[in-house]
Amino acid sequence: MLETIVSALPDLMVANAAPLLVVVPLILAGICVFTPNGRTAWGLTILGSVSSFLCALILLLQVGTYGVVSYHLGGFAPPLGIEFRVDGLNVLFLLLVTGMGVLAAVFSWPTVAAEIRVEKHRLFYAAHLICFTGLAGVAITGDAFNLFVFLEISSISTYVLVALGGTRDRRALPAAFNYLIMGTIGATFFVIGVGFLYAATGTLNMVDMAERLAVIDAGNRAVVAGFAFIMVGLGVKAAIWPLHQWLPNAYAYAPSFVTMFLSATATKVAIYAVVRFGFTVFAPEYTFETLNITYVFGPLAMIAMLVCSFQAVFQTDMRRMLAYSSVAQVGYMLLGIAIGTSAGLSAGLFHLVNHGLMKGALFMAVAGVVLTYQGTRISDFAGLGRAAPLTMTAFAIAGLSLIGMPLTAGFQSKWYLLQAMLDGGWGLAAVVVVASSFLAVIYMGRVLQAVFFQAPVNPRKIRREAPALLLIPLWGLTLATLYIGVQADWVIDLVQAAAQASFVPGGGIR
Amino acid sequence: MSAFLATMNPGLLLILAGVICAFMPNQRVRQVLTIATPIAAFWLLSGAVQEVDLMSLSMIGVDMVLYRVDSLSFIFGFAFLIAATLNGIYALHQDDRVQDASAMIYSGAAVAATFVGDFMSLFVFWELTAISSVFLILKTGTRAAYGAAMRYLGVQVLSGVLLLYGATQLFAVTGDMSLRSLSLGTDAGTWLLLFAFGIKAAFPLMHNWLQDAYPRATVVGAVVLSAFTTKLAVYVLARVFAGEPILIWIGAIMTVFPVFFAVIENDLRKVLAYSLNNQVGFMVCAIGVGTHLALNGAAAHAFAHIIYKGLLFMSMGAVLYRTGTTKASELGGLYKSMPWTAVFCLIGAASISAFPLFSGFVAKSLTMSAVLHEGHLIVWAMLLFASAGVLEHSGIKIPYFAFFGHDSVKRVEEAPFNMLLAMGLASFICIAVALPAVSGFGYGMFYQMLPFPDAARTYQPYTFDHILTQMQLLVLAALAFVLLQRFNLYPEERPGTILDADWAYRRAGYGAMLWSGAVWRKAGPALMAVWQGLWHRAYERIEAAFSPQGVLSRGPLTGGMAIWVAVLLCAVLLLSFLS
Repeated sequence: MLETIVSALPDLMVANAAPLLVVVPLILAGICVFTPNGRTAWGLTILGSVSSFLCALILLLQVGTYGVVSYHLGGFAPPLGIEFRVDGLNVLFLLLVTGMGVLAAVFSWPTVAAEIRVEKHRLFYAAHLICFTGLAGVAITGDAFNLFVFLEISSISTYVLVALGGTRDRRALPAAFNYLIMGTIGATFFVIGVGFLYAATGTLNMVDMAERLAVIDAGNRAVVAGFAFIMVGLGVKAAIWPLHQWLPNAYAYAPSFVTMFLSATATKVAIYAVVRFGFTVFAPEYTFETLNITYVFGPLAMIAMLVCSFQAVFQTDMRRMLAYSSVAQVGYMLLGIAIGTSAGLSAGLFHLVNHGLMKGALFMAVAGVVLTYQGTRISDFAGLGRAAPLTMTAFAIAGLSLIGMPLTAGFQSKWYLLQAMLDGGWGLAAVVVVASSFLAVIYMGRVLQAVFFQAPVNPRKIRREAPALLLIPLWGLTLATLYIGVQADWVIDLVQAAAQASFVPGGGIR
Repeated sequence: MSAFLATMNPGLLLILAGVICAFMPNQRVRQVLTIATPIAAFWLLSGAVQEVDLMSLSMIGVDMVLYRVDSLSFIFGFAFLIAATLNGIYALHQDDRVQDASAMIYSGAAVAATFVGDFMSLFVFWELTAISSVFLILKTGTRAAYGAAMRYLGVQVLSGVLLLYGATQLFAVTGDMSLRSLSLGTDAGTWLLLFAFGIKAAFPLMHNWLQDAYPRATVVGAVVLSAFTTKLAVYVLARVFAGEPILIWIGAIMTVFPVFFAVIENDLRKVLAYSLNNQVGFMVCAIGVGTHLALNGAAAHAFAHIIYKGLLFMSMGAVLYRTGTTKASELGGLYKSMPWTAVFCLIGAASISAFPLFSGFVAKSLTMSAVLHEGHLIVWAMLLFASAGVLEHSGIKIPYFAFFGHDSVKRVEEAPFNMLLAMGLASFICIAVALPAVSGFGYGMFYQMLPFPDAARTYQPYTFDHILTQMQLLVLAALAFVLLQRFNLYPEERPGTILDADWAYRRAGYGAMLWSGAVWRKAGPALMAVWQGLWHRAYERIEAAFSPQGVLSRGPLTGGMAIWVAVLLCAVLLLSFLS
């Protein structure tokens, strides 16, 4: 099927998929600013996301055929020129980011129209497209400094997007400010780290850097410092506990659409960068045996899974609860990475993909409720199971997947993760995974109980579903969750290819 | 037949129809479904290729075979489908969605279980038979029925759990989940399986759920229940533990001990429940012998038994439906008002007592010959005694006290036509499978369906000594009954409760529970207070830390986090410099 789609696309696009994936939304973002109204900007956003998604599909096919796709920007050959380099690992993330981008763009219009002031619609969509470009760029580039640039592009536009939630709730402004400070510290740490590595190796191209690092003495202080700065800096972006504190407020007060898109993509891309540096730029032996990153990531992941799940249990605001749950889920992914085996990494990546789908669905359903009933407290959700059955059934399925119910995607990846834990001899971590899932039963169960078994607080709550524009992508995600829960082979193949690619220095075939 | 239908387990068809029945308010549609579906299922079964895995899937590393037919499963499945059809006809007069659905799903689960090829799928349908059938007891609506239903459900689910545990144990050792012949004693898994099957087959001391639940089921419910559960267990025993010597003795004891209970029991449906126990004993014994002849005997006996036991339960059901009771002490003389029912009941009684020309004779002869042939003389004598007992309690006692005996002066209508039709068809089968000397009909055709038709073809049930032995036995037993009755020595039929092994858990166990309840009432509150106090404190601590106002969420976020960044950087650096 993939082949038929790709063969229907113009040759120019197929030949230049890698740069077009980033350039098209970037140019459309500029055009958005000059469009007459928000609706046109929305159309352009969908156009940009879809075109990027198609490019990602092309790249998936090409990676399947050639192993690695490399594009030299401006015709300057690496290591001096900037290179877009796609292998099994990052094609997975490109698919996730662009795919979620398409779904988010489709559903965005009703919520944006309701939550953002009319005169800012164009600018909002422009900022979103830039954010999208940045995230896709981080995932596609093969140049360490270019990665920093894209990270900043996405971050700065995200600050703007979060702050736009101020129309609805003024607390969005301090949340955006906090995020700006923290994000900047993270980015600064990252660029300092890259600086150290440049000093040590004299190159910024990641493949070249990996080759040169391989012959440098393992005890080199500059390299060690660079590694530490990069990991901590990316840790901020990935919301690794205890560097997550920007996230709950930012997610809780941002416009619904922004929350949904960021939760499914932003932290995931940062985790991609962690994997890229931890496994490809630095050799896995160096990361895990010489520098013992396991002893940092492992405990932090386990603490995140327990502490943030507990915090989620006590939240009264739905989006804050989901945000804390996101931090806990980052713990699962990080745990998979921290084992340092191929099985662990692919389990972590598998959970990452599934979490993107189900958290996206959850936040999308919440966006629907915000749209129809204007409330995000858990008590506002009471009795909605009867008032909006379609929205809430999707919400419930995604929630059960978050818990890890059998026949849902969440079960598949947690099962995979548990197996990886036990194979790696991490019995304690397996116990923590189960305990954290139990806490998830409590916090999701509390919500589902309110939704389906409590009487509505507000007698006005007659039957009122979210608009179809929102329901279609919502159910798309929900059905995908169920499908992966039953038949996960396709995704498992992808993540295993990704895990294998990241164990090869430079990724894939040279 | 399309390729899809050819590979579909007929039981699934019944289950599907049952699910439709559950949601179908229209009685006509349900009537059509309950009769047409078993016939359609039989059509599916008749087209199935034997000894081939027709439907299989693989889940979490276990290969599941959902449809596999061979000569052993065929005859059981066939009998189940006939029973399902007859039950459907028998239930036509009543407008009850729950019972229709329950009976259909239950029959379907039993048929499906007969045709699966691995323990995992067997477990699924095994539990489904338990869960779906409990409604047939619950629907009586009395308190006693509720209690019996819950005990029934508990015991049946326990059997399923043991089955699953045993099967997984076995899987862990051998890595093979397929339903296959096993021998006892190699490891714990096989014993667990034997226990699971034993509960369902109502082995001695595990039998009480049967006499507890069946007499309390509804009119239709008892008929339906009598056909499937125990015979499913017999089938699985024949498949897994054929030729296991321990089963010979279990079976022999099983045939003998219910006789005593059946003779003194007053509730005629409970008499039938005891006699069911005794009949299953014959089959278990035959499975224990395990020769081709014996296995033929077990299968033939199961087939015949499903029909005539159903027939007897049907006739008692008709009596219950018309008079409102099945207590022997309150019945008698009903042949005047229910002549047809009386005739059908006599045919059933003749069949179960193994009179020549009735189905019990051609079936039981196989078992008896097989036991004698292998030289188990004591067992043979026990079975002979049990046969006399069968005549005593099922062959004479049931029809005598219900339809003849001293007149209870109850004048009621004849049973509804659909009940008579079902009983008539069952009676026809009872006689048709036993007729000698009619080519292409009678026992010759019946023996063709047995698991080992070659062994059956050479066997002659109607030999002079077979008939003579059987007639001697029957005549003497009948004479004993007449004499005892004449001199008023026969145990009088009076209402009362008979103590059986279930006293252990229903009285002694209940007493222990009452005692521990009393202790708990005294000590409980104090313990609970301590526990709640601890829990409250822990909860407060946790909330103080994690709630939105708690320690972890307080303080200047940016500053706190910037410090954390620095701390973490130091930690990573320290770790890397140290190593």
